[in-house]
Amino acid sequence: MVVLEVSPISTEELWSSVSDHWVLGHPPDQGLSLLSAQFGRAVNVRDALNQAMDEELERDERVFLLGEEVAQYDGAYKVSRGLWKKYGDKRIIDTPITEMGFAGIAVGAAFAGLRPICEFMTWNFSMQAIDQVINSAAKTYYMSAGAQPVPIVFRGPNGSSAGVAAQHSQCFAAWYGHCPGLKVVSPWNSEDARGLLKAAIRDDNPVVFLENELMYGVPFDLSEDVLQKDFVVPIGKAKVERRGTHITLVSHSRCVGFCLDAASVLAKEGVECEVVNLRTIRPLDVDTIEASVMKTGHLVTVEGGWPQYGVGAEICARVMEGPAFNYLDAPAVRVTGVDIPMPYAKILEDHSVPQIKDIIFSVKKVLNM
Amino acid sequence: ALSLQGARMVLSTRFFTDFTPQASFDIKKCELHRLEAGPSETAVLTREQGLQYYRTMQTMRRMELKADQLYKQKIIRGFCHLYDGQEACAMGIEAGINPTDHLITAYRAHGYTFTRGVSVREIMAELTGRRGGVAKGKGGSMHMYAKHFYGGNGIVGAQVPLGAGVALACQYQGNNQVCVALYGDGAANQGQIFESFNMAALWKLPCIFICENNKFGMGTSVERSSASTDYFKRGDYIPGIKVDGMDVLCVREAIKFAADYCRAGKGPIVMELETYRYHGHSMSDPGVSYRSREEIQEVRSKSDPITMLKERMLSNNMASVEEIKEIDVDIRKVIEDAAQFAISDPEPPLDELCNHIFANDLPMEVRGTNPWVKLKSVS
Repeated sequence: MVVLEVSPISTEELWSSVSDHWVLGHPPDQGLSLLSAQFGRAVNVRDALNQAMDEELERDERVFLLGEEVAQYDGAYKVSRGLWKKYGDKRIIDTPITEMGFAGIAVGAAFAGLRPICEFMTWNFSMQAIDQVINSAAKTYYMSAGAQPVPIVFRGPNGSSAGVAAQHSQCFAAWYGHCPGLKVVSPWNSEDARGLLKAAIRDDNPVVFLENELMYGVPFDLSEDVLQKDFVVPIGKAKVERRGTHITLVSHSRCVGFCLDAASVLAKEGVECEVVNLRTIRPLDVDTIEASVMKTGHLVTVEGGWPQYGVGAEICARVMEGPAFNYLDAPAVRVTGVDIPMPYAKILEDHSVPQIKDIIFSVKKVLNM
Repeated sequence: ALSLQGARMVLSTRFFTDFTPQASFDIKKCELHRLEAGPSETAVLTREQGLQYYRTMQTMRRMELKADQLYKQKIIRGFCHLYDGQEACAMGIEAGINPTDHLITAYRAHGYTFTRGVSVREIMAELTGRRGGVAKGKGGSMHMYAKHFYGGNGIVGAQVPLGAGVALACQYQGNNQVCVALYGDGAANQGQIFESFNMAALWKLPCIFICENNKFGMGTSVERSSASTDYFKRGDYIPGIKVDGMDVLCVREAIKFAADYCRAGKGPIVMELETYRYHGHSMSDPGVSYRSREEIQEVRSKSDPITMLKERMLSNNMASVEEIKEIDVDIRKVIEDAAQFAISDPEPPLDELCNHIFANDLPMEVRGTNPWVKLKSVS
């Protein structure tokens, strides 16, 4: 994260005012123009997703978007803003509130030669349609012995938001990450969002694309390379966001940012963290994780979802079963969301998700500091 | 009530040139819902068509009976839902649509797999789980696919939104094709079917929703499952047609009407085919705890679709008894040959285990049952 000196208000005041805007998901117009003046093209995650979809819709006429409010409302979270105006009713389709029906329709369209992007307003609602995602999409290529591919992307915001309570805050990375036949990706920043969405749309297989609402308004610098129309981030490859030597932090989605913040704090105490951004949940890039653990000898996984049978649990199991185990100087541990339905009150919600101090605490415990 | 048209058997031999090239038959008028006019009440059948329909339906019949035999011998395992009794539905539909149209059904799918172009050999070898099966042994009874045929689907009702999606693709691509999406009376109460009706009607998708009403959803009669058993009316705002599903000509005329309707851009249409299955729900169901043997016998003797067609052909001098017998003998050979293949073909090789997870992808590693087993997967 970048801190700017801007008069007349103090950095802290700017940071808290800007981060409030960003956390609530409204476009931080002030923030963007300030950043771009300093660092070149800053694009927030929402716009990165929007541009990726726009470019892929233009590139391949078989691509289309359907979901609730994606067209005339410009998207419940404005991710599809402007697309209906540009592409019209045929390619940007507003659906009734019938997830099972429209997810099935999307899969059927993929069977018959189109390349649908099916939006779930949040991944919580995908539970209504999960049979279509798993049984109709994920398993079909296998059941047909390769006769019937299913080139579909399911996308939408996943995990906790702010104040939306238990039924709207669940993380589905572990649920979908469990199933063969699916690719499951979980971008953190704008480069991830842009590159992974393009890769997902171009992939001939069902991709579960887990976004994060609290990241939509957060801007990141995108280089010219990243802004090229054919820029893709390969699915199945993690990225080392920060090199370090003492401990490996493995995370996905918004928690990657927290890991980097924790790493900055820990660096002042002489602890250098290596931060691995998974980018893809399934297939898991075990090689990158193992290489890092073999270098640092210590592992902490960080995720927003619940601990039991979660992403961190899988990472730890894989490290146990592979060559990296022999390099561990301490047991691997997980930092996760608290094992409860998400409460509403702010103080309770804040204490239900991993905070930077939780990551710092766990790192120090693992390093026996 | 289901009943055959009256027929006389003609037992003398004839020269082929003596046969009637085609005849026109009066067929049962369809009950209509929200339609001013319905399918034609007469059907023209040519000799060629008649022989083709007979051959196809008889092949389906014999194939299912052979599957029954193989299942009892434990050569077929797992689920096996047989279609005998319902042949006129699959045949009539195929006769009324084009090969370029699309079709999707549920798990009682062997008949449709055949009418959509898969050989008996490949179907039976799939049932016995061999490498020569249409899905290389990886799908089984409920998961067979062909061009413009999307299975074979195991989850009750899920195939209906899928079918509506195929229809969306047809509309999107502007190819003038339609999709036939089938479901049973048991599935007819599924919420996702009503969700599909809504979207298909809203967007005027070229989708023909067809309820094959064979009176029982597993062991539950329609009276015990459905507050309304007028399945052709359940589309509410969508027009519906109720069809005698034991009469292949009735089915054909109805589907022709429905396909024309959809192709004209008028939106979806619902059809209910009244039909009957002789077997129980699946091979593990004797089929007599929830219905009587007498009822089954009555349908067999009075409404059998193959018998009905045969008697029409014979009584109108469109075929001879010998000719029909020859076809039967030929079909028996085809079935025997297919069964032999299905029994003798080897099972899929173990290195196929992990293939076909992803399409158009680089080879990848798949974890076996323990961490030391690393298996290979190719597209």
